[in-house]
Amino acid sequence: MARNSQVSPYVGRLGRSALFAKKGGYKKTDRKPTAAKEESAPAFKEVEVKGAKNGGKRAVPTAKASRFYPAEDVAKPKASRKVQRPTALRSSITPGTVLILLAGRFRGKRVVFLKQLESGLLLVTGPFKVNGVPVRRVNQAYVIATSTKIDLEGVQVDAKFDDAYFKREKAAKTKQEASFFADPANKASHPESKVADQKALDKAIIAAVKKAGPTMAKYLAATFSLSKGDKPHALRF
Amino acid sequence: MGAQRESFKRYVEVGRVVLLNAGPSEGKLAVIVEIVDHNRAIIDGPSTGVERQVYSYKNLTLTPHTIKGLPRAAGTPAVKKAFEKSDVAEKWAQSAWAKKREALKTRRAASDFERFNIMLLKKQRRRVVGAALKKVSA
Repeated sequence: MARNSQVSPYVGRLGRSALFAKKGGYKKTDRKPTAAKEESAPAFKEVEVKGAKNGGKRAVPTAKASRFYPAEDVAKPKASRKVQRPTALRSSITPGTVLILLAGRFRGKRVVFLKQLESGLLLVTGPFKVNGVPVRRVNQAYVIATSTKIDLEGVQVDAKFDDAYFKREKAAKTKQEASFFADPANKASHPESKVADQKALDKAIIAAVKKAGPTMAKYLAATFSLSKGDKPHALRF
Repeated sequence: MGAQRESFKRYVEVGRVVLLNAGPSEGKLAVIVEIVDHNRAIIDGPSTGVERQVYSYKNLTLTPHTIKGLPRAAGTPAVKKAFEKSDVAEKWAQSAWAKKREALKTRRAASDFERFNIMLLKKQRRRVVGAALKKVSA
């Protein structure tokens, strides 16, 4: 909510402290008192001075003051107090939940949720053999969580499926013209190790799907779409 | 007037069992206890969990059932007794109307997976019925 209307572009009507008062920043109690300052080296040291009328001792600064000081104040940028928190997983999504993908090349597919990755993205798999969706990362915003759950008790998802696993390998730089004329048949094939990873992961999950009922595999293989008369806001998933 | 009277079967009358279509008691049965005017009546449904209240005819549907001999402006205990003595609740539960409402409710509450299973079953039924129909009509 904007409380500070603008006098002219980028210039607010209120100053910083007026805006602070208006926003009620003083209500925020989560501020911590400033930490006690560490003891630094003494600013002055005593030096004996000769001469009867000089008092014997004098305090002399340890660091000599600069002979100059800047004539203009330099504005210090305000430190941001924002903290990046981990993405909260929607409460309807738990390991084994069947999700409907809404975007991307696999839109409409029903997939099994495995776990949330560090980046907040969801790790899902088709399983690949059932509906052609490989182990993938998806954003939970582009997903419908259904109430259907597959029991993944005892299924271990390998720790190697992390965000780094899905990083694209950097392609060697080629000239634009060269890549334009490149033979598409020469494209690098999907690495063998990833094929093996997929198979190893899906083995346990396909077993769990089988255990969930005779129609579960069919359900996962079918794509979701709205038909005539379906109101998505009234549907229960 | 006689011919016109005969064409109507359900009347707004004391003892008429009604189905409520709006408000917190939507979908519940109640009994008309007293007629207020041409727009509203006092209804009561102690055995179906409906509080005694004034209800607009706009928000209710008349059912074919009545509670015979319910006196005008009967109190809640009397309505409860009369309702439970009659077999209206049972008759209602057995009617096609109530069953259809129940079916609609289950259908609306079905999850995505349940809808998929319904689709499979319907497919199965179609196959059997279609084959049989073809045999008969051939």
